[in-house]
Amino acid sequence: MAQIRIENVRKDFGSFTAVQSSSFTVEDGEFFMLLGPSGCGKTTTLRMMAGLELPTSGQIYIDGEEVGQKPASQRDIAFVFQMFALYPHMNVGKNISYPLISQGVPRAQVKKKVAEVAKILDIEDILNKPVGGLSGGDRQRVALGRAIVREPKAFFMDEPLGALDAEFREHMSEELRALHDRMGATTVYVTHDQLEAMQMGDKIVVMNHGVVEQFGVPQQIYDWPATKFVAQFIGSPSMNFLEFHGMLGSGAKQVTLSNTVFEIPTLLSGAKGGLSFGVRPEHVYLDDSSSYKGRVVAVEYLGTTQIITLDTANGSVKARVSSADVVAVGDTVGLHFDVRTVTIFEASSGKALISEANSGVLTHG
Amino acid sequence: MSYSVTEPSSRTKWFAGSMVILYAIITLLPLVWIIATGFKSPSDAIAYPPKVVFTPSLEGYVNLFTERTRVTPQMLEEAGEPTKWYDKIVHEQGAVISGKSRYGERFFNSVIIGFGSTLLCMILGTAAAYAFSRFRIPLKDDLLFFILSTRMMPPIAVSIPIFLMFRQLGLNDTHLGMILLYTAVNLSLSVWLLKGFIDEIPIEYEEAALIDGYTRFQAFYKVVLPQAATGIASTAIFCLIFAWNEYAFAVLLTSGTAQTAPPFIPTIIGVGGKDWPAVAAGATIFLVPVMVFTILLRKHLLRGITFGAVRK
Ligand SMILES: Nc1ncnc2c1ncn2[C@@H]1O[C@H](COP(=O)(O)OP(=O)(O)OP(=O)(O)O)[C@@H](O)[C@H]1O
Ligand SMILES: [Mg+2]
Repeated sequence: MAQIRIENVRKDFGSFTAVQSSSFTVEDGEFFMLLGPSGCGKTTTLRMMAGLELPTSGQIYIDGEEVGQKPASQRDIAFVFQMFALYPHMNVGKNISYPLISQGVPRAQVKKKVAEVAKILDIEDILNKPVGGLSGGDRQRVALGRAIVREPKAFFMDEPLGALDAEFREHMSEELRALHDRMGATTVYVTHDQLEAMQMGDKIVVMNHGVVEQFGVPQQIYDWPATKFVAQFIGSPSMNFLEFHGMLGSGAKQVTLSNTVFEIPTLLSGAKGGLSFGVRPEHVYLDDSSSYKGRVVAVEYLGTTQIITLDTANGSVKARVSSADVVAVGDTVGLHFDVRTVTIFEASSGKALISEANSGVLTHG
Repeated sequence: MSYSVTEPSSRTKWFAGSMVILYAIITLLPLVWIIATGFKSPSDAIAYPPKVVFTPSLEGYVNLFTERTRVTPQMLEEAGEPTKWYDKIVHEQGAVISGKSRYGERFFNSVIIGFGSTLLCMILGTAAAYAFSRFRIPLKDDLLFFILSTRMMPPIAVSIPIFLMFRQLGLNDTHLGMILLYTAVNLSLSVWLLKGFIDEIPIEYEEAALIDGYTRFQAFYKVVLPQAATGIASTAIFCLIFAWNEYAFAVLLTSGTAQTAPPFIPTIIGVGGKDWPAVAAGATIFLVPVMVFTILLRKHLLRGITFGAVRK
């Protein structure tokens, strides 16, 4: 098992930069998520870690050893592809044993290992079947089997559940997480599904346009996004941004939105010009005593909660409130925000201003 | 009776079936004619109206494989009762066997040159196609177009330079010369066809093998080759058919040791009258190897011809 460290890794395809100066660390035994929208360079990053693609510059360390320019075969890692890449001309058992045979493991031992892995994954009954007729889930298990049979230093998975239907995805993601907890192997998992990343990951890297936007544990990323992109990408509905102009100095404790003063966590840095007041929908409360008003334009009922979309002087706001609250489209209601959870962003750069509340998260990561 | 959109009606099926049968009859008729003529006597072979029912005879086949001399009836008498069945057939024509004909050698030449060039073409073609499919090659598209462009004129258009070149290099009338020539002609089509097949094999298979600890070359022959088998088989059939049937270059460049069957078969006619059964027998035997090869690989061929149309 291994710690993996990425330092200033960059990848150019001709004149196009797919990944630029990425740095993050995957600790030993972590279930690590690479999250980002389509085309942001997740696969490219993972492939560089695996050795299927060589970085244009930067270093990759596996267990302290620099492997950036080494081929995949020398890195002792396993890769699970989105389309599983099971060898179609071999049956299930052969597929699983293939990596061992390449290492010249004696036959008897191969047989034992394959049986062991088949037992873990509960695929003992299909070992002699051709891979062609397998269901998506079984293919997935075989692909996992081929990965774990070698006991590699780390597992790399590129959207391994992408080819499965929604219901089965959930089941497999639980299975995968349980398998990880049992084996404790360092795993890097690529996904564009923020919910999957939040549910499964010990830690998340959020990427956008080839840049690492933030890296940390799911809760911290959710609560204290480093950029507007992260705030928007994670959480559903995403964070609200109330746009305003102003000047905030270091030490500021409040902001004024359309003549209403709101308290905010004490800022440790300042900014001026276009700013965004970021607040999660669950921290928006309907409060008729507030002088800050919004007009209800839509109500979406979700069972125990409802999502209310409001128009305010600073833009559209979504609030997640209890279904017990009676609200109708067209109503004008007062709004109130949970002070402790507010993040102020600089509109031009999209960066969060450091405050007393988020400095713990944002200054070390 | 119910109709569905996907299942054709029985009338449509019946119609399609009869069209297929009609087409099969039209294409098979010349083949049946040739095979039948091989078993006719020379007089039956040229009878008009053509004989459909005839007494089969092996005269054509015996004549194909032998050299014969006409002798006087006395000499035939003196030679005594023929002991072998083929001697008897020759005796009935008033002749004796004076030796083996060249057909066997020519046929063997065809086998060596046809299969040799096909094999060479597959080795070079697969390697080139793999490289074009997987590696970033400078000017890749131009190179591919250049390779295809060699096929844009009929190969025979360059026959005179090739003839002169072969003479200089001492390749005239050699097996090696013909193998190289047919390989060169077939290679462009092979590279293009095989590249198509290899493009269809997801690169992840090789990457999985690389990660499993195999070298690039091992990944190629353990993972790519088995999956490209279909493409290789169908391409090989195309190459073999060309090399096997090629006539123009064979006439021009071979006359003796390396002469293939196609230029040889017509010369049979000249040997003692119009011996059509012997020609037909030669043609029939000539058909066999390609037929066997195609039947052996037909499972692949069917999938190969429809490649791209159906995924997985
Ligand atoms: N071999 C390549 N040559 C040129 N461009 C490439 C190559 N591989 C990837 N790219 C480009 O790099 C960018 C990042 O690709 P990458 O596959 O890493 O994205 P991703 O985050 O995995 O996206 P997805 O969610 O769609 O899989 C894309 O714009 C892609 O077009
Ligand atoms: Mg990807």
